[in-house]
Amino acid sequence: MTSRFLLINALAFCGGFSIMSLELLGGRILAPWFGSSIYVWGSIITVFMLSLSVGYFIGGRLSLHSPSLAKFGCMFLVAAAILVPVIYLAEPVMIWVFDRIEDPRYGSLAASLVLFVAPTVVLGMISPYSVRLLVRRTEESGKVAGTLYFVSTLGSALGTLATSFYFVLWFEMDTIVAVLAGTLLLLGTVGIVCRGLDRHA
Amino acid sequence: MRNATIIAWVILFACAVTTGPVAADQQVLHQEQSLYHTILVVAEPTRLCLKFSVRESIRNQSCVDPHDPKRMVFGYTRMMMAALLVVPEPRTVLVAGLGGGTLPTALAALLPDVRIDVVEIDPAVVKVARTYFDFQENERVRVHIRDARVFVKRALQRGRQYDLVILDAYSGDYIPEHLMTAEFLDETRQLLAPGGAVAANTFATSQLYDHESETYRLVFGEFFNLRVSTSNNRVIFATNGPLPSKATLRANSRAWRQALGPYDVPITSYPRRMSTKVDWDPTTRPLTDQYSPANLLKGSR
Repeated sequence: MTSRFLLINALAFCGGFSIMSLELLGGRILAPWFGSSIYVWGSIITVFMLSLSVGYFIGGRLSLHSPSLAKFGCMFLVAAAILVPVIYLAEPVMIWVFDRIEDPRYGSLAASLVLFVAPTVVLGMISPYSVRLLVRRTEESGKVAGTLYFVSTLGSALGTLATSFYFVLWFEMDTIVAVLAGTLLLLGTVGIVCRGLDRHA
Repeated sequence: MRNATIIAWVILFACAVTTGPVAADQQVLHQEQSLYHTILVVAEPTRLCLKFSVRESIRNQSCVDPHDPKRMVFGYTRMMMAALLVVPEPRTVLVAGLGGGTLPTALAALLPDVRIDVVEIDPAVVKVARTYFDFQENERVRVHIRDARVFVKRALQRGRQYDLVILDAYSGDYIPEHLMTAEFLDETRQLLAPGGAVAANTFATSQLYDHESETYRLVFGEFFNLRVSTSNNRVIFATNGPLPSKATLRANSRAWRQALGPYDVPITSYPRRMSTKVDWDPTTRPLTDQYSPANLLKGSR
């Protein structure tokens, strides 16, 4: 267990945590404008799944071009950077959509698309890219991918639990999103600072 | 070994009998899994009830006495009628949360010129209210299948106004948290016609009491709190202008006393129980769209 292995797993864990924390908050962000009917959750889950699938695809493609810990860290910086506007854009975007789309099903779908596609696509890129960073031989690729899925999905489970059980009880929603962005920023920076670890890999 | 097996079966059977959804003298007339609830219509010896859970411990949503259908079975429903003390002759009413339709049915019967909009999220509840609780829609009483928050926002957009808004969407296992926030109450306040009022069925127990009270105070300022020792509910009456005086409440209660007789509403006892006293911790954090963990707070004392 090298420090590089631990760092990449920690980053993957945090990516998984952020995705589900954001998804849960998404429902609460939309509720004042589109309600909390079942189709609001339908919109959010659809948009997250769609964005993750695109993110996986792009992340896989990016991993073909001289993958590095520094670039991996940059993904987190980008994710953090596009998560922050969600705090400020949520209200105006939802007002804009509310004024134009009467049906709350399509309203919630449109608002989710505008607000959550960008950060979720970037967070989705993390998984395949981290696999590429840790795989050295073909035979171990399944094991590496399995470990990373394990770690990042565990992060997702904890992100869901912590957000719904505790964070919403302690903090305002904007604070939670800001802390998620701050954590991604910090971890991305650590990745970039520790880029030297790639040389020994 | 065989004895043990028999004992196990007996225990299992006993459990099945005692924890079953309804007691022996109750009969399930209708059961359905809707998008939001398990809906049960249960005939008890003296009343017909709507429930939103198979667990027997869960409070009934709405009950009627088939032999005396006007009589209001629940304390909180009777308490809600005190809205007529604050707004004695509402011409437009919005009811959020249908249940068995007790309140809209009573208001439509009592007020010949009233127009009532009911907003209910669950189409299955509307169907059950029509079929089993004699809830009738007509040109004066309309039902909208919508989330109440969305309905209120749209109504504001269209410049609608209501003399009375009844918020009764909170009972049950899960509280819609976006209907408890200061922002929602402020939208509701904006929907009120001059001299209009909000009547809200809220929680009298748990930490939620303090949080809700402080949220109403933030939005409306001083309001009337109606609590009755026999009920787990409290009802809030808030206005967009000054509150009516006690003398006005008493005068209105005398005017309404006779008409409310068949409903078994002790209307003349309400004015003295309607209090503006701050009986909660005023440093409690109000609920907002940013902070509204109502379901978590309900569980903590």
